[in-house]
Amino acid sequence: MIKESQGDRILKAVMYVILTVFAVYCVTPFLSVISSSLTSEGSILRDGYSIIPRAFTLDAYKLIFKDATIYRAYGVTVFVTIVGTALAMLVTCALAYPLSIRALKYRNGINFYVYFTMLFHGGLVANYLLISKYLGMRDSIWVLIIPALVSPWNMFLMRNFFKSVDESLAESAKIDGANDLYIFFKIVLPISLPALATVGLFYAMGFWNKWFEAMLFISDEHKFPLQYLIMRIMNNAEFANQLSSQISLPNYVVPTLTTRLATTVVTIGPIIFIYPFLQKYFVKGLMVGAVKG
Amino acid sequence: MKESALIQAPAATAATEKKRGTFRTEIRRNGLLYLLTLPGILLIFVFSYLPMGGIVVAFQNFNAIKGITGSEFVGFKNFSFFVESREVLHVIFNTLYLNALFILCGTLASVGIAVMFSELGGKWFKRIVQSLVTLPNFLSWTVIAMFVTALLSSDNGMLNKWLEAFGIAPIAYFNEPHMWPWILVLIKVWQGAGFGSIVYLATITGINPDIYESASIDGASRWEKIRFITLPLLKPTIILMILLAMGGIFYGDFGMIYALVGRNVMLYPTTDVIDTYVYRALMDLGDMGMAAAVGVFQSVIGFILVVTVNQLARRFSPDSALF
Repeated sequence: MIKESQGDRILKAVMYVILTVFAVYCVTPFLSVISSSLTSEGSILRDGYSIIPRAFTLDAYKLIFKDATIYRAYGVTVFVTIVGTALAMLVTCALAYPLSIRALKYRNGINFYVYFTMLFHGGLVANYLLISKYLGMRDSIWVLIIPALVSPWNMFLMRNFFKSVDESLAESAKIDGANDLYIFFKIVLPISLPALATVGLFYAMGFWNKWFEAMLFISDEHKFPLQYLIMRIMNNAEFANQLSSQISLPNYVVPTLTTRLATTVVTIGPIIFIYPFLQKYFVKGLMVGAVKG
Repeated sequence: MKESALIQAPAATAATEKKRGTFRTEIRRNGLLYLLTLPGILLIFVFSYLPMGGIVVAFQNFNAIKGITGSEFVGFKNFSFFVESREVLHVIFNTLYLNALFILCGTLASVGIAVMFSELGGKWFKRIVQSLVTLPNFLSWTVIAMFVTALLSSDNGMLNKWLEAFGIAPIAYFNEPHMWPWILVLIKVWQGAGFGSIVYLATITGINPDIYESASIDGASRWEKIRFITLPLLKPTIILMILLAMGGIFYGDFGMIYALVGRNVMLYPTTDVIDTYVYRALMDLGDMGMAAAVGVFQSVIGFILVVTVNQLARRFSPDSALF
């Protein structure tokens, strides 16, 4: 056992401090938004946002949950996330698995076909024209799903995972008379569960956080996803006014700020709850993918 | 015995067939595998390759009613913005400057976190810290924009309240363009540095522990081990990540800039990037030709950069080059 010197211990302490400070820096905005959403509007206007709620109240939450807007937006986002992730995983794995097999003759050609899209883009204008003018997907909820079904980055991550699957497994199944579809669905996919969880998480986050496409292509308010709803209510005070239009109390302060914050908290809620369970998975998964990459 | 002979026989003919290797035999043998790739290939064709054809809009006097096939061809007229407008040059400069700052500060922060993380013990400390620093990566920029308003708003933002407590006059952050490159850097580091550190952490974890042990026996201090073992072994990964990031240096982070700055004209001088500029040209001015021309310029330069950078990456670390 080698004893730590004075210098080593100081260095170690400094590193603990720096990491702690950075972690606090990362978490402070969360705390500030969550606590402010639980504060009364008047208190925020008077004393500003804070880390500990000064005048605790659930008014903002009561208000947003009374209205159908948030439920609708939640519905859109949940639908897009679940259906999108399921379809994306299916298409991505179906493309990634064959590309992981060395015996596939045109493997390199297809690889390059996918890879080239990471290098060169048609640009915003061409995409906009294609989707709105030629595919007629304006105001359809599918515009949030279909164009995002294959992410080359995720595809290659998945392919690298499949590459690490022992090829003799598939070969012996083949000798037993199994065809490639059977091998893919019944043998390869079940043993790739950690990888599926990692890539699935990335897709799910991508779908959950989608708003740019909504801003470009969706003008029907009933089809706004959560993230775009936030964008909208951040930029105008209409939302809160509309929510509290029936309330006519004396001295009533329209909770413009707190309803915004409450909507934000409701949006990030599921991420914060699910995240700790998945975190270990994706850190490991990403490390394997990165080392192999 | 007999069985294995039977298995070997078709394998042998397969080998000779492979030499002749026609398209047909390949399809007959691996048809199902190609079938699996089909949906992905089609989707990529429609949503990635078709738009590449849309680049012709940049060379047209585009008319929405006549469409791509009917609009008049005008050559390089749409590209005249390069000589006529200082705005575009300014926007290109902003894109490069902001991205350079992001790459530099982001890499420093990520490497720093990874190194410190690998040095420290404490299972719970590490778990909690890693959760906290990677979490912001999973938020959308619209949510982050909401966070930023809570912190920076001039009347009741938390930062100004803190300044007030120390007797410092509040700052109207949203009217101070010169502060924004650094504000954006701080936000970018907040959002991405923790997640970015995972790649470096993976490399450090892969270092043979014997090296550290023999250094300890030779009396190396913690700092010397970081300085002379960890950092040199991290260098290829760092260079590779920087090169890869440089490939995208012509692409501004639209989601970030648009959500954070939005239509605050005050901040355009330092925050307007190519992507937000193209977006406005498309949505506000409806100038398809010009928007497409800027986009094509960006794609072409971006492409050249990526290819060049990949050649460089290949030289530094042949296994990790992308193609």
